Amino acid sequence: MAVLSFIEAIHLAMKEEMERDEKVFILGEDVGKKGGVFKATQGLYEQFGEWRVLDTPLSESAIAGVAIGAAMVGMRPIAEMQFADFILPAVNQIVSEAAKIRYRSNNDWNCPIVIRAPYGGGIHGALYHSQSVEALFANTPGLKIVIPSNPYDAKGLLKASIRDEDPVLFFEHKKAYRLIKGEVPSDDYVIPIGKADVKREGNDLTVITYGLCVHYALQAADRLAEDGIDVHILDLRTVYPLDKEAIIEAASRTGKVLLVTEDNKEGSVMSEVAAIIAEYCLFELDAPIMRLAGPDVPAMPYAPTMERFFMISPEKIERAIRELAAF
Amino acid sequence: MTNLHHVELGLTDQDVLKMYETMLLARRLDERMWLLNRAGKIPFVISCQGHEAAQVGAAFALDPGRDYIAPYYRDMGVVLHFGMTPRELMLSAFAKAEDPNSGGRQMPGHFGYKKKRILTGSSPVATQVPHAVGVALAGKMQNKDYVSFVTLGEGSTNQGDFHEGANFAGVHKLPVIIMVENNQYAISVPVDKQLGGRVADRALGYGMHGVSVDGKNPLAVYQVMKEAVERARRGEGPSLIEAVTYRLTSHSSDDDDKYRSLEEIAKEKANDPLLLFEKYLMDANVATKEYLEEMNDKIMEIVDDATDYAEKAPYAPPEHALKFVYWEGDE
Repeated sequence: MAVLSFIEAIHLAMKEEMERDEKVFILGEDVGKKGGVFKATQGLYEQFGEWRVLDTPLSESAIAGVAIGAAMVGMRPIAEMQFADFILPAVNQIVSEAAKIRYRSNNDWNCPIVIRAPYGGGIHGALYHSQSVEALFANTPGLKIVIPSNPYDAKGLLKASIRDEDPVLFFEHKKAYRLIKGEVPSDDYVIPIGKADVKREGNDLTVITYGLCVHYALQAADRLAEDGIDVHILDLRTVYPLDKEAIIEAASRTGKVLLVTEDNKEGSVMSEVAAIIAEYCLFELDAPIMRLAGPDVPAMPYAPTMERFFMISPEKIERAIRELAAF
Repeated sequence: MTNLHHVELGLTDQDVLKMYETMLLARRLDERMWLLNRAGKIPFVISCQGHEAAQVGAAFALDPGRDYIAPYYRDMGVVLHFGMTPRELMLSAFAKAEDPNSGGRQMPGHFGYKKKRILTGSSPVATQVPHAVGVALAGKMQNKDYVSFVTLGEGSTNQGDFHEGANFAGVHKLPVIIMVENNQYAISVPVDKQLGGRVADRALGYGMHGVSVDGKNPLAVYQVMKEAVERARRGEGPSLIEAVTYRLTSHSSDDDDKYRSLEEIAKEKANDPLLLFEKYLMDANVATKEYLEEMNDKIMEIVDDATDYAEKAPYAPPEHALKFVYWEGDE
């Protein structure tokens, strides 16, 4: 089995889907000749031509809106937002249009689009190239939000997103692109949207997280294992709608839960996960639910000192787990 | 009206009678909806009155079996020409389950009907412009020869989505026709407080053909639309048409219309596009007064039937509100 980086897995998923179905096409800023600012679409312009790997004007609302129109008449667009931070001009198209097209037409029309966007910090991206934007969309029925944590999941989930009959926001942690490598089969597999995944079995304490933080949590768990702390890790993979059953099961298993997100703490996806646990698992809990998240400041600063202060790290997760384990 | 003749445009007497009939049907349905609203039977109306000539003239240049439309909320004339029936429009006004637009989920005027190639629309204005551009892009990618037609009001041309969509279409020379129904008001704000220049001139910045036309004359609108459709089908890219008309009713049934003078409205009512076209048909010896009166009587029967049918039709059951958030399997 080939070992691929996270971004190579993303690239492979798109390439395979475009080979499988000629209705799949990519549109976005710099996706064509340049192959994307992160090189996710490198080589696809040469392989599939300029219409299927379409360089668009610098116009996020049109990228989303044009993708929606094309999807309504049977195409399978993959729209790329260059950075998740720049998705905001397209919010009306995503929330008022894509998310509501099936519902408002009473199932007559649908909108099978994927919007990919790199999110997250730790790459000296400062305020506007580091944000986590999932919470902005995570109370919008009609949307699905997928955030994979490793190359295997990234390929299978992106394929599932492209084949999905409804709009999917697909957020990729940009620090994970080249940092995280893993085995990726060359066969055509899909991973179902809406299903969380246990990334590490353990019995003392549960960490629930997603995206790059899964990687950090696994590193922390390895260190803690040396001290006899046995950590269970649940990777949400889809942050909207949430896999309630898996959350309840993971929280109930150990009775101590640490929720980790790189997003600002208040009103984050983890706030909803905490609510689910509070609603369904109160009598299974042995400690208050603990959250580790970015601080409630507008976004991640540029200077390395302040950036590190904002970012989640294996060390921060390890400290939080030790504190919770001692409760 | 008299400087254009339908025969010179390639239209038969039957064609222009059909145009008039669709305009009149739209008007009578719209008037009935106002009565129903004032009688407390339907909660909301948003009107096509004053727009019928622009809508039907434009729609006549399209092929309902081939082209796609992304109409806005006043476009009753457009959707009638694309095959939405009076019963279906009334079902929408009454928010009944059988309404093909939304099954009673959306306010009236929020059209959508996949079988008839009518894209589903929302309330935030101008969002449909990029959608129509996307439909045209899909057509161009697949070598299909349909055109994509989208409409909006002049106030909505100030939205970013109008600009982003129009520019995208211009860059890629897509077969899109954008028609702005300029009725002089964005609710209460008059056109001189909405636009720094002219709507049609905006086309220049997008590298597309732009034209302003008398929106009260269906033949004039048909003429420029037909040219735009031909350009689009030849691969010569998008067009922007500004159809200049006047809104004969208040913005909606919830608008008191106190911001314009009665004199202004009375003056415009004398130039009602329906009256102007009626006169044209008689002057051109296409129809007699008696013929048009008979047509009106038949239309009133259709409007009565549609009203009765929709009023008696059932609402969706309450729990239907939970359906169709996501795909629930193929039907």
